[in-house]
Amino acid sequence: MEVMEAIERGRTLATNLAPLRNMAKVKMSQDSRIHVLTHSGTPFWRDDRVLKAIAQTISAVVVVGFLIFFVGNVIRAANARGLGLGYGFLGQAAGMPLGESVIPYDPAKSYAYAFLVGILNTLKAALVGIVLTTLLGVIVALGRLSPNWLVSKIAAVYVEVIRNVPLLVQLFVWYFAVYQKLPPVKNSIQWPGPVYLSQRGLYLPAPVPNATFGAWAIFVGTAILLAGVLYTVLIRYQLETGRTTYPALTAGAVLLVLPVVGWFLVGERPLTTEIPVLDKFNFVGGLQLTPEYAALLSGLVVYTGAFIAEVVRAGILAVDRGQFEAARALGFSPMQVLRLVVVPQAMRVIIPPLISQYLNLTKNSSLAVAVGYPDLFYVGRTMTNQAGRAVPVFVMIMATYLVFSLVTSAIMNVYNRRIQLVER
Amino acid sequence: MNATSAIRRPPAPPGAVRWIKKNLLSTWYNVLLTLVALIFVFFVSRGVLRWVFFTANWTPITSSLKLFAVGQFPPDQVWRVGTAVLLVSFFFGLSWRVWGGTVGTFALALAVGGAAVAVLPFELSSGVRLWGVANPLLVGVGYLVGRTSLGKPRWAALGWALSFGGTTALLTGVRGVSWLPRVETGLWGGLLLTFLLALVGIVASFPIGVLLALGRRSSLPVLKLFCTLFIEIVRGVPLVTILFMFSVILPLFLPEDVRVDRVLRAMMGMTLFAAAYMAENIRGGLQAIPSGQIEAAKAVGLNGLQTTVLIVLPQALRMVIPAIVGQFIALFMDTTLAVIVGLVELLQIGRAVIQSNPEWLMLDMEVYLFIGAVFWVFTYAMSYASQRLEQTLGVGRR
Repeated sequence: MEVMEAIERGRTLATNLAPLRNMAKVKMSQDSRIHVLTHSGTPFWRDDRVLKAIAQTISAVVVVGFLIFFVGNVIRAANARGLGLGYGFLGQAAGMPLGESVIPYDPAKSYAYAFLVGILNTLKAALVGIVLTTLLGVIVALGRLSPNWLVSKIAAVYVEVIRNVPLLVQLFVWYFAVYQKLPPVKNSIQWPGPVYLSQRGLYLPAPVPNATFGAWAIFVGTAILLAGVLYTVLIRYQLETGRTTYPALTAGAVLLVLPVVGWFLVGERPLTTEIPVLDKFNFVGGLQLTPEYAALLSGLVVYTGAFIAEVVRAGILAVDRGQFEAARALGFSPMQVLRLVVVPQAMRVIIPPLISQYLNLTKNSSLAVAVGYPDLFYVGRTMTNQAGRAVPVFVMIMATYLVFSLVTSAIMNVYNRRIQLVER
Repeated sequence: MNATSAIRRPPAPPGAVRWIKKNLLSTWYNVLLTLVALIFVFFVSRGVLRWVFFTANWTPITSSLKLFAVGQFPPDQVWRVGTAVLLVSFFFGLSWRVWGGTVGTFALALAVGGAAVAVLPFELSSGVRLWGVANPLLVGVGYLVGRTSLGKPRWAALGWALSFGGTTALLTGVRGVSWLPRVETGLWGGLLLTFLLALVGIVASFPIGVLLALGRRSSLPVLKLFCTLFIEIVRGVPLVTILFMFSVILPLFLPEDVRVDRVLRAMMGMTLFAAAYMAENIRGGLQAIPSGQIEAAKAVGLNGLQTTVLIVLPQALRMVIPAIVGQFIALFMDTTLAVIVGLVELLQIGRAVIQSNPEWLMLDMEVYLFIGAVFWVFTYAMSYASQRLEQTLGVGRR
């Protein structure tokens, strides 16, 4: 009974609702009319869209105005001094001596070529520096994380001292107080083996390819290719079947055995080491690092190493202890835990700041100018002084460094996208 | 129960022995590592101590302390630099009482530094020693003044603003005031210039950085584009190129009758460079503000400007204070690059001192290590203070 009553009540309510619904309809149409009215009725100084457009126009006008003002001044100044703003001068002979170069260089070459030498010198310092500083940084980070108190304190002192002293001061110490104060060539310091250190720089034995080097290189190439293929195939097989196939071990063996076999098969030794020999005034042969390059490299490596140590340490500490313990509980050996559990997770934290440290090192290599190493900035500055075309040269320098950082951030973005896919 | 309580733990070895066993000799390779490290520490510290106390010749430093401190500042006007520092000390003392926390650490550092100057074992004029004594005293006076009714944030802020004008007047001189003759900026040097470059850089870059950060997060595409371009270009090139641009190219950018002196140009370069990094720091703070804050502000009826100024910025800036202190430290170290555009800051003074006397030409190590030590003391003290600041603000813990 009660149910029937309730249904009845509901029905009457529903019928009574009809006028209400109609009212709502009217209200809505009124609302939309009101809306239209208010929008067109808003004074323009309160309309959000108008205000935004005005703000944009003003900012654009201000920025463009400044640019026009500056560029106009530059053109006026350039005309007054009789210097064009074009890049035509790049074809002229540079006429500046450069201390060292990766590619053959003499002052008769053009400015463009000299600039290229500068870029290559920067890359030479940056790439070698990155490899060495990563090694140093990782070792220091491991030292700082070591359970041995003394070792971890030594690493901590290194980091705290190096990070808090400006890089330029350190470069001055390396160049003026260390490398320039080394003994003259006659009494150079000999390290174990044919490594000589003197005022003229560091002399190391250098590998020199022989006629059979090409044949041997084929062996090495094959070994790398084969090892790569074997590794992927064996890993896939192991993942599918669950049988242990020792992929790393097999690939490593191939990588080692093939080149060794090739070394003896090709006949004459493909590589001989050239040992620096003291001539009348200087060492001849071997690999020579100028004191400028050595100072720059030492400074950059030692300085950046302290930062990388902190990055690596933070990354390893960021991996939860539970991860380590869980892996141990599953029966992984400590080495396996490190290789398979801790390092992959730490890498995700480490890589982005690590890459920005690499970029910092590359940018900091511009301090080479203080020790006279002919890097990109040094060459650019000399070009400015000689050719007097400050603005075009400056644009070139900035553009080159910007390309470096754009490439770096592109790599970083790709990497970040990859690890994000892994994460989610 | 009885069975377990019957088994007694063997008496623990004394603390020190236990500590050594655990931290130095836990395994056989740890023993080896400890041994190697001990030998290393022994030889290094013996070499360093011997060199510092017997081999090294510190005369270039002890005889040019004034140069290292203020450079070529006219000797009869050096009191003005001292007075400027005393003024700053006073306000640090005041702010210590008003805000407490890390400001106190800086105030204490100033006081201790002054006292250290007073007792330095070198030949110093009595005026300098007097200044050293006055410095901690003024910090104390400032602290006491802070306890009176003047100890309000409002008055302290006003005081800082006034002291900025005061120090500028003291350092550059005021036209028409005979006892404050003009001192060309070219005469500023040494530690004074180093600090001025860093301070001006960080203070002036702050408002620009805030605007850039807001611009980069703005919904206006044109504004956003300009700010992003500026930030990314400046951050993409080394500081040396920026300084070089300001020293060589800025004069070309300006009309011919406008001349900006060299120190000011370097300061402008530093400021612009710092502003780009500052903007990124502040943007980090802005991004950390939960959107609920902005929505709540809108719901309360604040307009866009009010939301930004009253709600978003105060929270964001508070969050990035440690990052800004870190940036100040970095900028303080980066001032050395002014050497490359020929400014006589601390490092350049060192170079000049070495070349000033033929007998000192071989003493690069002493001079540069001294400069490194000066930088180290300041930066280490500042990073210590910033760590404490982070703790008081509880940034990491929220």
